Amino acid sequence: MDRIPILKLGDALLVTVQVDMHDQLATALEEDLTAKIVAHGAKGVLIDISALEIVDSFIGRMLDNIAAVSRILDADTVVVGMRPAVAITLVELGLSLTGVKTALNVERGMALIKTRATPRDDDDDGED
Amino acid sequence: MTGELGTLANIVSNNEGKILPEWLDLLKTSGILQSGRLKEGELATHCRSFLHALRDGLAGGNSHAGHESYAETREILADFSRSRAVQGFSPSETATFVFSLKQPLFNVVNREKGLAPAVIVQMIWAITALLDQFGLYTVEVYQKSRESIISRQQREISELSTPVVKLWKGILALPVIGTLDSERTQIVMENLLQAIVTEGAEIAIIDITGVPTVDTLTAQHLLKTTAAARLMGADCIISGIRPQIAQTMVHLGVELNVISKATLADAFQVALRRTGRAITKLKSAAPDNGKSLDEDRVG
Amino acid sequence: MTTAKTERLDLRSSEDVIRVRQHTRVLAIEAGLSLVDQTKIVTAASEIARNTVIHGGGGMVTVSLRDEGSRKGVRLVFEDKGPGIADIEQALRDGFSSGDGLGLGLAAPGGCRTNSRSPRPPAWGRK
Repeated sequence: MDRIPILKLGDALLVTVQVDMHDQLATALEEDLTAKIVAHGAKGVLIDISALEIVDSFIGRMLDNIAAVSRILDADTVVVGMRPAVAITLVELGLSLTGVKTALNVERGMALIKTRATPRDDDDDGED
Repeated sequence: MTGELGTLANIVSNNEGKILPEWLDLLKTSGILQSGRLKEGELATHCRSFLHALRDGLAGGNSHAGHESYAETREILADFSRSRAVQGFSPSETATFVFSLKQPLFNVVNREKGLAPAVIVQMIWAITALLDQFGLYTVEVYQKSRESIISRQQREISELSTPVVKLWKGILALPVIGTLDSERTQIVMENLLQAIVTEGAEIAIIDITGVPTVDTLTAQHLLKTTAAARLMGADCIISGIRPQIAQTMVHLGVELNVISKATLADAFQVALRRTGRAITKLKSAAPDNGKSLDEDRVG
Repeated sequence: MTTAKTERLDLRSSEDVIRVRQHTRVLAIEAGLSLVDQTKIVTAASEIARNTVIHGGGGMVTVSLRDEGSRKGVRLVFEDKGPGIADIEQALRDGFSSGDGLGLGLAAPGGCRTNSRSPRPPAWGRK
């Protein structure tokens, strides 16, 4: 069975979800991520969902779970790249993923994770 | 009844040459061609198609306009009706197309030799009932077309009346004018989220100075909008809360779990601070209020 | 009112759920629904499809493209082994108005509400 690749990006782990995940794949991802957070002492997890055309309650729950598990392991989870149509649908369906931090893209997501590590980070994160 | 309708269909078939011109004349008298939006040739074609379809339907032996055998008849009428709706004809003018066919049909039935009076009466009744139903159908289709034109226009107005403005790098402003209903909220969300992506915005200021009242429903819509923006990684500030609105909100127990400020200016200041910026006065005494437009000065 | 393009799909595994999503998406695009409306109906289809597989003991879904002349939409009818039938009809060009969800529910003005707690809720979206 395919597993979704997890990359190391500095202090954080980056996951890019590109396929229409079925249940087993999602569960495998949760397990793999948990293992890697511990193995690398990661401070953050970035989940890039810019390729996802829909996010249903199942994926929503997966994201919540990952966020909860990482929090226990003292890592931040940031979900990045949600598509506007997906955001509107989630809000209309009442799934607003309150336990999860979000950012526009990987770059901003990384900035969020770094900010937590260093209080009052005055970096202009090079946007433009 | 079936037998009579079959005979009627034949009568129509055989007398087409008399029915069509008479019908067309009546229509001309009614003024349907006056505006010039509909040409005579076009109208004649519509009449012919409708009459043929009606005749075929009659041959099916059913006297209800909703029956399968009249499917083509209805389709022709629906097309005709929709086109008239778009062209700006009135519903009566449109229905007259059908109703004015009654007299020509009565005439040919009346003149037909060898029909018992009772049969003639039945045929005339059948024609009346059928054409009445078709006339009503025409009006219904017309109404639906107008409705869809109106709702399309409403959407366009909504889109035009909720612009998204870039105040500064990464800071957007959304002035909302008028009531925020669920349809409008959809549009607001779509515009806002699109702008967040395009501008890479981190903060969106939703100014509700132009919103007359904020009841629980409006508050829900605002919350939905802020939640959607948050999912895209942008924070929202609500500004333009008038004293009366603040009071109403408290009385209704409405809670906006988001920073709110009285004025757009206040909200802008907060937004600047959040994005690591501030407005400073220029050292040299400038003739106007020292507000700097130079980006470097904002920092 | 004619229904063009109808297809019945099995709902037994999570791969089937994915297939339903894809099929619904294709028809939604053909019906001319806006991107947001497409996303909504595909998401709704995914929810109920998964429900059918996991809680309903498997079943079928009928996905069809509906054309009423002035508006087009997509219709999904879910059947499972349990009692009751879920029926979602979204026939809109103009937008699917207000959903306030209880997690899985869809509500529309003038339409019926859905109770998302029951395993196979009947749901209507219509404008």
